[in-house]
Amino acid sequence: MDQLLEILSKPDNIPIILLLVSVVFYSQLAWSKARKNDNQGVPDEAKQDDKVQVWPYLVRVEFLATILIMAVLVIWSIALDAPLEEPANRALTPNPSKAPWYFLGLQEMLVYFDPWIAGVVLPTLIIVGLMAIPYIDINEKGNGYYTFKERKFAVLTYVFGFHVLWVLLIVIGTLFRGPGWNFFWPWETWDPHFVGVLTNVDLSEYFGIPTRNPDNTLNPAAMIFGAVCVGALYTPVGLVWIQRQNSDLFKKLGFIRYSVVAFLLLSMVGLVIKILLRLGPPVFGLNPVKYVLVTPWFNI
Amino acid sequence: MFDALKKTEVYKSIFRHSYQDTQRNRALQIVDNVFLHLHPVRVPRHATNIGYTWGMGGITFLLFLVLTITGIILMFYYRPTAQYAYEDMKYLMNDVPFGPLIRNMHRWGAHAMVLTVMLHMFRVFLTGSYKPPRQFNWVVGVLLLVLTLLLSFSGYLLPWDQLAIWAVTVGTNMARATPLLGHEGPFGAELGMRPDNDVRFVLLGGTEVGPPTLLRFYVGHCIFLPIVASIFMAVHFWRVRKDGGISGPDTGKKQF
Repeated sequence: MDQLLEILSKPDNIPIILLLVSVVFYSQLAWSKARKNDNQGVPDEAKQDDKVQVWPYLVRVEFLATILIMAVLVIWSIALDAPLEEPANRALTPNPSKAPWYFLGLQEMLVYFDPWIAGVVLPTLIIVGLMAIPYIDINEKGNGYYTFKERKFAVLTYVFGFHVLWVLLIVIGTLFRGPGWNFFWPWETWDPHFVGVLTNVDLSEYFGIPTRNPDNTLNPAAMIFGAVCVGALYTPVGLVWIQRQNSDLFKKLGFIRYSVVAFLLLSMVGLVIKILLRLGPPVFGLNPVKYVLVTPWFNI
Repeated sequence: MFDALKKTEVYKSIFRHSYQDTQRNRALQIVDNVFLHLHPVRVPRHATNIGYTWGMGGITFLLFLVLTITGIILMFYYRPTAQYAYEDMKYLMNDVPFGPLIRNMHRWGAHAMVLTVMLHMFRVFLTGSYKPPRQFNWVVGVLLLVLTLLLSFSGYLLPWDQLAIWAVTVGTNMARATPLLGHEGPFGAELGMRPDNDVRFVLLGGTEVGPPTLLRFYVGHCIFLPIVASIFMAVHFWRVRKDGGISGPDTGKKQF
């Protein structure tokens, strides 16, 4: 427990606490507003559509908010000093070495994926995926007011991505990852000499197909097996399209929009599957899965 | 005496209208002010409701202004070379009057800004405010989110202490695994990428985080990224107005 308090009281981790508190607070606020709007049919915002003058009604809100934020920031800055550690020294690597807090979700991904996915492909997909949202969400309802009932799929997907895959992984990366990026519960003390005994296996080896031949060359059968597994994740895209292309929703979506939605969604599902393949087996005393697909050029 | 002042040419050239509380003066207060005319004269009532807007976009902009001002002050005391950077930080924290306050405000303001950008995005998503006609402004907003993260990350290196150099080492090590462009990334080696010519080398100005990296990140942090962010912010705010002001339910009434 001391360990947890020590991490939490580090000045640089205050944003994590603010993140947790504000995400919980605002989620609850939005949820109560959405539920109220959904129950009464007409959103509150529609009842407040009469015009008011910006001076004074909006400017005064901005003015008060400015004073409040400045007061908080000044008090925060007087109370807590920004960290300044020993001079930079390339010969002395701290353990654990952590990126700034907002990148710790991505650093946590390094446990489950090789750096080219965790550090390059995933961030790119997140950015491109976010930018695509307005163009792939063709639901006309829920524009300009809080609602859940009218856009359940969109809200749930976003909340899963934001709350679970972004915020929760940042919290895990900050609070629960100690030396060697090993997992430590809050009541455990970080032990720099702890060596987790992990015998990683590849998914194909669970099915009796070794990744490498005795002479250490790659086994083509394992490669084909891996490719089939990765392919199987994305095949439903085509099958569902063939089956349902004439339904109203799919006609309205169109093939390109549908493919982008399906690809992004299945990539997110794939990410979760890979995390479970890594974390799940040790619970049952089995070896965690390292790779699904091993090729001479890259591994997934 | 004040009345006499109000009749002078100098006063009238600065203040164009009287302060009597009339509809007309309330409108002029907005349109005759270069800073306030970002706003429309009138807005729907729900736009002034902080429960609807959360005020996160505005707070983000406020923090950007605070960071610009404190950042300029910090630049007076800081030299971006490996030889001096850390010493300048020590000097700033121990000997410069109000040095720690300015630096702390810059540091905590930056953390807070990352947070408020995320919350602003969350609110805009939940109210469906990216839907037509505001699709493109959401894209600009995503770019601003990326720029905010880059600004924060590039600033992280500048204290040139252990925390800075290793956090940035961890972050930029990812670049060597970039597909095609990194020497450890898929097909990188096949395309002739080496540690001394790949994308990470370009980013760092070397094969590891060193003095050239400090200068690169400094210039990026203080000049390049703020300028780019300012341009996108201008587009972002302008588009808010052009796309019909703050989002709200379609009640059949015209926005303006």
